[in-house]
Amino acid sequence: MLKTIVFISSFAAVFIPGCRKRVGLSRDLLLNGSLTLGHTYGTAIEETVFEKCLSSSGVFSALVDPMGNSVDVSTLESLLFAVTSILSNADICTYKDAYVSCIKTDLPTSSYAADARLKNVINVTKFESEINSICSMNISNLISAVQGCESNLVTIKTSCITVDYSSDANFCAHRRITFEEFDELCFEFGVEPEEPDEKEIAENPDSALEWKVEIGANRYDLLCLEGLARGLLVFLEKIKAPIYKSIPAWTGKSAKLRILPSTAKVRPFAVAAILRNITFTPESYKSFIDLQDKLHQNLCRRRTLVAIGTHDLDTIKGPFFYDAKPPSKIKFKALNQTQEMTACQLMELYSNESHLKQYLPIIQDKPVYPVIYDSNGVVLSMPPIINGEHSKITLNTRNVFIECTATDLNKAKITLDTIVTMFSQYCSPKYEGIESVEVVNPCGTSVMYPELHYRLEEIDVSETNQKIGICIPPGEMARLLTKMCLFSLSLYSINVHVHIFLSLTTIHVIHACDIMEDVAIAYGYNHITKTIPQTNCIGNQYPINKLSDLLRQEIAAAGFTEVLTFALCSRDDVADKLGKNIKNVNAVHIANPKTLEFQVARTTLLPGILKTISKNKNMPLPLKLFEISDIVMCDPKKDVGARNERWMCAVNYNKSSGFEIVKGLLDRVMQLMEIPFQKGNDGYYIEACDDPTYFQGRCATVILRGKPIGKIGVLHPDVVTKFDLNNPCSAFEISVEPLLRSS
Amino acid sequence: FTEMPTQNFVESCFWNFDSLFQPQQHPARDAHDTFFISEPRVAKDFPMDYLYRVKQIHSEGGHGSQGYKVDWKIEEAEKNILRTHTTANSARMLYRLAQQKEFKPVKYFSIDRVFRNENVDDTHLAEFHQIEGSVADYGLTLGDLMGIIQEFFKKLGITKLRFKPAYNPYTEPSMEIFSYHEGLKKWVEIGNSGIFRPEMLLPMGLPENVSVIAWGLSLERPTMIKYKIDDIRTLIGPKVNLQMVYDNPICILDN
Repeated sequence: MLKTIVFISSFAAVFIPGCRKRVGLSRDLLLNGSLTLGHTYGTAIEETVFEKCLSSSGVFSALVDPMGNSVDVSTLESLLFAVTSILSNADICTYKDAYVSCIKTDLPTSSYAADARLKNVINVTKFESEINSICSMNISNLISAVQGCESNLVTIKTSCITVDYSSDANFCAHRRITFEEFDELCFEFGVEPEEPDEKEIAENPDSALEWKVEIGANRYDLLCLEGLARGLLVFLEKIKAPIYKSIPAWTGKSAKLRILPSTAKVRPFAVAAILRNITFTPESYKSFIDLQDKLHQNLCRRRTLVAIGTHDLDTIKGPFFYDAKPPSKIKFKALNQTQEMTACQLMELYSNESHLKQYLPIIQDKPVYPVIYDSNGVVLSMPPIINGEHSKITLNTRNVFIECTATDLNKAKITLDTIVTMFSQYCSPKYEGIESVEVVNPCGTSVMYPELHYRLEEIDVSETNQKIGICIPPGEMARLLTKMCLFSLSLYSINVHVHIFLSLTTIHVIHACDIMEDVAIAYGYNHITKTIPQTNCIGNQYPINKLSDLLRQEIAAAGFTEVLTFALCSRDDVADKLGKNIKNVNAVHIANPKTLEFQVARTTLLPGILKTISKNKNMPLPLKLFEISDIVMCDPKKDVGARNERWMCAVNYNKSSGFEIVKGLLDRVMQLMEIPFQKGNDGYYIEACDDPTYFQGRCATVILRGKPIGKIGVLHPDVVTKFDLNNPCSAFEISVEPLLRSS
Repeated sequence: FTEMPTQNFVESCFWNFDSLFQPQQHPARDAHDTFFISEPRVAKDFPMDYLYRVKQIHSEGGHGSQGYKVDWKIEEAEKNILRTHTTANSARMLYRLAQQKEFKPVKYFSIDRVFRNENVDDTHLAEFHQIEGSVADYGLTLGDLMGIIQEFFKKLGITKLRFKPAYNPYTEPSMEIFSYHEGLKKWVEIGNSGIFRPEMLLPMGLPENVSVIAWGLSLERPTMIKYKIDDIRTLIGPKVNLQMVYDNPICILDN
């Protein structure tokens, strides 16, 4: 029978350096049925009142917040979690703060020990170990990201991450984090930091103080320093992920962006938003520009899908118009230019500038070019090429108008949401500067952006536990997910589910399995117990591979050395150099080779072996080389139009051609396959023929069970010369697949 | 483990990317990463009802997924390429497995050549070999995947392993496998692994509670580390050092 008296004797919250607010729990008024939660802001005390539901035994069974949602309060941390997450103003909500404020309670504390009861001061239990390690990240002195835009790397100044190395809550000392500690943290989280190497430090001495962090391709929310820092801090449970919402304009009338019909011909979609009351520092300004660059490179697919433009709102006047006009009709002063120019002139100008010329083809040949202008006719930008000089953003800009024009509306929304959420921390009040803009479609309907949609997902606790191979209770799962920026609560009444409040920064979550991965990451992959699957199957080798392996051993035993050559080669290698015409060769051609070594897939193993000999001319003679490997040929009967076939080729390179040596090897192979030397349906034989690759009169077809399977002979001197060889060669080449059918 | 048939260097984008739930706008499908074929340019004869389900799951979602919410074009899927991973062959095998009347657990492996359109230098080649293993059964867990990977690498003489969260379009969760290299005194990445996404398995028709765990690594990199070779071109291709081939000792790995 737990009496849940939650009180503290006074607001004796321990002061944590750097905090402006403290969370305390005021006296519980159990008797009159309400729990009052207070938080201090300087000296004022604001109170939010919650209703509490008492079950018949007098135990706190549920808590209902002012919005009528019920939250789990079965353990102390879930109570505190619920309470602090509902408080939208408390941005220092760490468990440590909340714990220290609370002196006595009878609620069970750790989810691991649901039966344990607290005595006096709450022991910080599990959180202690994390607090002893990395304790704080001062993200105020950030350095900008690197020039030249590597689209998945975020740069962090090493001095901005500090570690507390004292376990005494009253005294915190800081030191700079070491690369090893940071690497460890990133390893657990799933990103990869790199230290600069000597070459980079030599070129740019400032880079010695920077680390580059490589982010996965699906995490747009970690692409800038602000986002990465926030992600890591939430992971360490130092801060809670902010809730983003867009607010209507103070004047009551939102800014408008009208999309005109002619844009449908070139770039139909546009979205927009405003960041209100923002303060830029040189570093955050660079970070802002850099995030746009990175998003342009990856999510926006080099501006083909979405293009971003950012403008100083105070220099322009709404309503804004998004139109598409013929190039000669567009005239403005572009960014960093001194004169007004028409769009045609600008295209000319930028065709020599390597940075922008890659984007010109996106609109170059269209009859109309996209353009955004304000109600005074001032051009904001000509997407996707360049913004206007008039509305450019400076360090003094206080209000930013962001527009994204696109051929893919969904990506435009994600891009817009990412930018506003990453940078709303620089608005004042923090996180509350996202102002909505009304975008009016050509047909007259309008939509408010940014959408900043949240959605609620639910996962089954036991299923998640089973799929990962761990066993944790719902409250713990909820805590782990919150660490990964997925706000979660476990509802006491339905103990088997965890409800997750998905924000737009978790756009990479598209299925429950993404959520399960986040549970596993937060738990720590390396903490999961390894087990062996109980599946029982019979093993089997693929027949042609088995035969190839056996033959390779035997051919090596016969004194030949195996080589492994490239499957791609030049057209000449399979045609001209062998005396044949490429049209007759039936090869698979590559559309986009980087060099002519990759023009076709090989139709014969011979060129590869001959090239190997030519690169190993210093080796003693004879050189007896072989290869058993796949060649590629067109085959209209296959779904992809081509197939591989396993062939065998052996070459003897010596002062004399040595036809008898390769013939001896062929005989040996047939002997190993139990194929007799005879004409007729059971055996093999050779029959003289003409083939431009081989010396006339010294060439034969190898025939197995009445069908030709390859050739044998002395190589033509022209072939020998074309492959840059000095001595005669004899060779044979046969398909291995017919051999398989024999046994 | 049963060896999969992998005798097709030429593969369609459908099997190499789309059936694996890799979005059509993914950078790996760019011309500068993949070899596209000019002749034969496109593939045909797709299992049409499966193709339709793949189209649905990419563009609209389904089976509990949000999907990618982009238009899915068959013109992109039918293009032929040189396969970038043998996971394409795993996809074909799993599809075939799903067509059988009754599901039976399987274990597959393959070791074969894959192609990436990269500039050749001392650590990169345009073609290299990939080792791939997968297990399909009811109720497999992430712990199972880690366990089997540990046993696999033990056979190669590698025992110190760590797993790191990673991202692959077709697996979730995904893990990069790191091993501690005594000589270099650091953790090096030796492989990649994960559990195939439901968006890949369910359109094939595999039962819902079947999981497929898979892992892969390249053949060349561990070989270079073990034999202390600096230039990959001396290992494979015409610039192979024949003296090295003559002198090489037998290889016993699990000492």
